[in-house]
Amino acid sequence: MKNNFIPFVKKESLHLLRDTRTLLIVIFIPVVLIVLFGFAISTEVNNVNVAVVAPKHTEEINNVVNRLAANEYFTFKGYISQTEIDETLRSGKVNAVVVFDSDFDRLVAQISAGVPSPPAIQLILDAADANTAMAATAYLQGVLLGTASLQEMFETRMLFNAQMKSAYNFVPGILGLIIILVCAIMTSVSIVREKEAGTMEVLLVSPVRPVKIMFAKMIPYFVISCIILGVILVLSRYLLDVPMVSGVGGIIAISLIYIALSLALGLLISTFSKTQIAALLFAGMVMIVPILMLSGIMFPIENLPKFFQWISNVIPTRWYIEAIRKLMIQGVPFIAVWKEFAILTGMGIVFMGISLNSFNDKLE
Amino acid sequence: MRTFFVLLQKEFLQIRRNPFLPKLIIIFPILIILVMPLVTTMDVRNLNIAAVDLDRSSASQRILSHLDASEYLSLIYTTSEYNLALQKLEEGAIDVIVQIPKHFERDMTIAAPEKISIIANAVNATKASIGTQYIVQTIAKTFMELRGEKNAAQMSELVTIQNRFNPTLNYKHFMIPALMVILFILLCGFLPALSIVSEKECGTIEQINVTPTSRTLFTLSKLIPYWIIGLLVLVITMPLAHLFYGLASAGSIWLIFLSTFIFILGISGFGITAANFSNTMQQVVFVVFFFIMIFILMGGLLTPIDSMPDWAQKITLFLPPRYYINILRSVYLKGTTFVELWHDFAALAGFAVVFNILAAITYKKQA
Repeated sequence: MKNNFIPFVKKESLHLLRDTRTLLIVIFIPVVLIVLFGFAISTEVNNVNVAVVAPKHTEEINNVVNRLAANEYFTFKGYISQTEIDETLRSGKVNAVVVFDSDFDRLVAQISAGVPSPPAIQLILDAADANTAMAATAYLQGVLLGTASLQEMFETRMLFNAQMKSAYNFVPGILGLIIILVCAIMTSVSIVREKEAGTMEVLLVSPVRPVKIMFAKMIPYFVISCIILGVILVLSRYLLDVPMVSGVGGIIAISLIYIALSLALGLLISTFSKTQIAALLFAGMVMIVPILMLSGIMFPIENLPKFFQWISNVIPTRWYIEAIRKLMIQGVPFIAVWKEFAILTGMGIVFMGISLNSFNDKLE
Repeated sequence: MRTFFVLLQKEFLQIRRNPFLPKLIIIFPILIILVMPLVTTMDVRNLNIAAVDLDRSSASQRILSHLDASEYLSLIYTTSEYNLALQKLEEGAIDVIVQIPKHFERDMTIAAPEKISIIANAVNATKASIGTQYIVQTIAKTFMELRGEKNAAQMSELVTIQNRFNPTLNYKHFMIPALMVILFILLCGFLPALSIVSEKECGTIEQINVTPTSRTLFTLSKLIPYWIIGLLVLVITMPLAHLFYGLASAGSIWLIFLSTFIFILGISGFGITAANFSNTMQQVVFVVFFFIMIFILMGGLLTPIDSMPDWAQKITLFLPPRYYINILRSVYLKGTTFVELWHDFAALAGFAVVFNILAAITYKKQA
């Protein structure tokens, strides 16, 4: 039995190794993406451009503006006049305009004395980006109302991510996204290419059993994926400073399952596709959007409408990301992710099963 | 000229006959525009809190009930054991623990009472920081009320807030133009690239090479169908966005069409260039995938460019989608005019010219 399995793996490996260009691309892509995104992307709003309209420059107003300019969240873009507000916001030069009333000092005095009076400050926000607008409102109110003094009442602790790095949340997400797509694109052509080239017939009349064909096709890609995984993990740990508290063993174990699952998914796509184009479009293009949107990479799952939360259950990336976040950042023991582990294993087996089954059909 | 039309006809026939492509071109945009806006929300709404109430006084009760009443927060667990709450947090059942110290009510009026602790799960840093802000504000307000400070409520009257362009803070409206951009990147970048490399792999490109057709004409015949498809997708998606999400353009529709057309020119030229450098379909898919990930994740589609570090912001200057996203969002939501956006248009046009020239010169007629 071994006799016809090993040569088969060898043949597949040769296919892979001969195409040096693809091989290099495949290794280069995940590495560059993870480093780039790990450093560059922050979902937080940490820079709000602010312009100020101040009809008079009283000391009181200058104090407030100085407080604004000194705050790390704001970039003070200078004073503008009342008539320029609309244009400044529309052209996107600033995210928010703070308008002081011409009678600011008197109004503030009245308000703090408890006399009802019109507002002394108007905040005008570019709410086209609702997220930035909301964050800007919160930051600006904090500075303008001076509620900052009340902060002393609280002691805040940020567990697992004391420096509040976006990368902690993002690296597991990007890892999950890139592994599944790269692996699926790799194997998605493997069977359909043989169909198109006509070599499939040769395989079908050979005594090699379908299970062996499938595994032989997966093994070389599995090895490549493991190399990629290794490089990515080293980079995440030492370049991006992602903690990996609970040790690297659990992370590797669940990643290997996830890689196998992704390769099996590619094979599944391959057995169902009639042409390479269709297979590649599905693996490389159609899959990007649901995985990006529904697996909690960007948009937290608990925010999704119920229906989509339910759909997200069938997206393997969701489970992988959840497990990796727990293992890497929260540092829970491996036992705590048994559920994710079981789900991923189950999905992998199902993908393999279906593709074997449909491959068998072709034999008849 | 006649050869050109024949070539064009061939391209359309190939697209139509493909068992997968026509379905993809119709269904994919509709699905994305209808379904994805429901998903794209970064609001921190359902923040689950556990309270560790060591005081059990009327003041602490008041704080807890105010927390629960807030529209963003829900108090789902109250205990007097910190460890029990921490366990819930580790399981992921709750996001934040609020601990009210013993004798909180008694010490409320003195200068330095024992502090209220807020312990957040900060794996998602954004969620943790915004959530903590909500909690601090809510408690601070209750606290001022409890201390009988009347001006607490009035202080908040000091400021009025006006949300321009999107008064309801509807994040969907912000995301729909972005989703359109993803569509054009995928449809007009991926498809022409695949179509050229598929000719390479099938060997049919040799047949074209031996004909007197010039390489510009051949490249054009590959591009034009996707330009038409792109514009068609725009024509389908704009009314859909209006019908289902009430999003109509605040600015000129012609500007949207113009920018879309320039962008499609650029991105399809980019696809062809990638194809010219690749030998197999798989290779080109990898290369295009690589750039698409960068376009989507760094072009300001999902995260603000302003929040990136400086070096990364410089990289984004070389990403055509950056300019297109800005144009589409500004025109759609703010009604920005051409004059205010001319440098974005100029950048976009520049990319379109460069990519198409690259596409034409990198296509070699030799095998």
